[in-house]
Amino acid sequence: MSTPFYVSPQQAMADRAEYARKGIARGRSLVVLQFADGIVFVGENPSRALHKFSEIYDRIGFAAAGKYNEYENLRIGGVRYADMRGYTYDRDDVTARGLANVYAQTLGTIFSSAAEKPYEVELVVAEVGETPEGDQIYRLPHDGSIVDEHGSVAVGGNAETISTYLDQRHEDGMSLAEALKLAVQALSRDTNGSEREIPAERLEVAVLDRTRPQQRKFKRIVGRQLGRLLEEGGASTAAEAEDPDDEE
Amino acid sequence: MEANTRSTGRLPAAFLTPGSSSFMDFLSDYQPEMLPGRRQLPPTQGVVEAPHGTTIVAVSFAGGVVLAGDRRATMGNVIAQRDIEKVFPADEYSAVGIAGTAGLAVEMVKLFQLELEHFEKVEGTTLSLEGKANRLSTMIRSNLGMAMQGLAVVPLFAGFDVDRDRGRIFSYDVTGGRSEEHGFAATGSGSLFARSAMKKLYHKDLTEDQATTLVVQALYDAADDDSATGGPDVARRIYPIVTVITEDGFRRLTDQESSETAAAIIERRLEQPDGPRAALL
Repeated sequence: MSTPFYVSPQQAMADRAEYARKGIARGRSLVVLQFADGIVFVGENPSRALHKFSEIYDRIGFAAAGKYNEYENLRIGGVRYADMRGYTYDRDDVTARGLANVYAQTLGTIFSSAAEKPYEVELVVAEVGETPEGDQIYRLPHDGSIVDEHGSVAVGGNAETISTYLDQRHEDGMSLAEALKLAVQALSRDTNGSEREIPAERLEVAVLDRTRPQQRKFKRIVGRQLGRLLEEGGASTAAEAEDPDDEE
Repeated sequence: MEANTRSTGRLPAAFLTPGSSSFMDFLSDYQPEMLPGRRQLPPTQGVVEAPHGTTIVAVSFAGGVVLAGDRRATMGNVIAQRDIEKVFPADEYSAVGIAGTAGLAVEMVKLFQLELEHFEKVEGTTLSLEGKANRLSTMIRSNLGMAMQGLAVVPLFAGFDVDRDRGRIFSYDVTGGRSEEHGFAATGSGSLFARSAMKKLYHKDLTEDQATTLVVQALYDAADDDSATGGPDVARRIYPIVTVITEDGFRRLTDQESSETAAAIIERRLEQPDGPRAALL
C-alpha cells in the first residue's frame, strides 16, 4: 500500500472552494433588489415549474443559484425549520437572521467536512420589514460565510459584473417597475460586456411586498402582470407576455 | 432527539432528508410528542372540565360559501368566554369552524393551517379541496382517544373549490367520518336549532348578502333555544364571526358589517320574536 500524498489544509480548502465556485458559475445568475414596497427577485429561468425563488415563511423569501437538487434540499430544510419554529413558538419568532444562521452553519459544516462533497450553491435569504429600513438581505456563499447586504445583490455565474453594475445604479425608493428594469438590464450583461436580450417568458420574478394585506408577503409575478411591469419600466426586452391562459 | 430547532446549529439530518410534503408526517418522524394526537393521557375519573365551543353554521350560495360561528365558550353551566373565535381561515380558499373542546380545537386548527401552508410551499401548488377535507379527517381521527374521554373536536370545513367553481361544505363526526353537505350545515350544541332555522330559510339562489344574513338568523335561533350558544351581545359589541369564501378568496366580515346585520335582525325580532316565517305550504 502506498502512503497517500500529503495535501496541506490550505490546499484542500482551496480545491474545495474552487470546485464549488465552478459549479455555481455554471448556473445562471439572479439578482435580489430592494424597492420602495419591498424586495424583488429576478432571474433568468427557462423552466416554469422548477423555481429559483420561493417562499419560506410570511415575510421571508429564498433565492438560490447553483445545483438544483442541492438548493432544493436546503430550501425544503428551511421551510421545515421555519414551520417548526413558528409552530413551537410564534409566527413572529421566525426571522431571516435565524434562518440565515442555520443555513450558514449547515453549509459551513458540509464545506469543511472531508466526508462530504461541498455544496455547489449560493443562497440569498431576504426578509421584508414594515419599512425599507427593516428589510434584511443575507447572501450565503458555498462555504458557510454570511454577508449582510443592502440595496442589491447578485449571485451565480456572472455575479461580480452584475453586482458592480447594480451597485452603481441602484437607488433607494425605486418603484417595482424601475427595479425590475434595472434587474433585467443587469442580467442581460455578459462577462465580456456585451448585451443580449432576455425575453419575458424566460424571466422568473417574485416579490416580497410589504403592502400586501395578507400575512404572507411572497408573490410570484407572471404572465400579463409581468408584461405590464416590464413595459412600464421600459425594459429593453421582448416585453409582450403573450400568454392568454396565464391568470393574474 | 438532541438537536432541535432551538439551537442555531446545523439543520438536523431529518430536515434535509427527502420525504413527504406533509408537515404532520415530518413532525411524526422528528418530534412525535408535539403532535396533539400522540399525547399520553393520564387515567381520569369522569369528564374533564374544559371550555367548549358551541355552534358553527355554513351555507352555500351561488358564488361561494359562508361559514359563521357564535362567540360563546362554556364550561358546564358557566360561560367561560364571551368573545372566543371559532372560525378560522384554513388557507386562501377555505375556512374551518370548530365546536367541541376549545383548547384542542384551536391547536388542531393551527396544525391544519400549517399543514396546508407547508404543502403549498414545498410543492409549489395547493391541495385540492377534497384533499384538504381528507387531511382534516385524519387529524380528527388521531384525536379519537381524547374524544372518548370527552375531549371531542368536531369541525365544519367550508371552501371554494376552484376546480369545480363552487362553494362546498364538509361536516365531520368524532371518529373523523366526513360527509359533504349540500346547501347548509351546522355543528355543535346549538346545531339542531340552527339547522332547523336554515332548513326553513334556505333556497338555492341566495345572494352573498342573503347568505350572511341567513347564518346570523340561524345563530340567533340557536342562541334563543340553546343556553350554550351566545347571541349577538349588543352591550359589549360582540357579534358573530361571519366569513365568506368566493373565487376571490377568504374574507371575514368586519365588526361593522356583522354588527349591522345583527342590528337589523334584532330590530325585526323585537316585532317578531321567532324570526322570519316560512310559507305553510
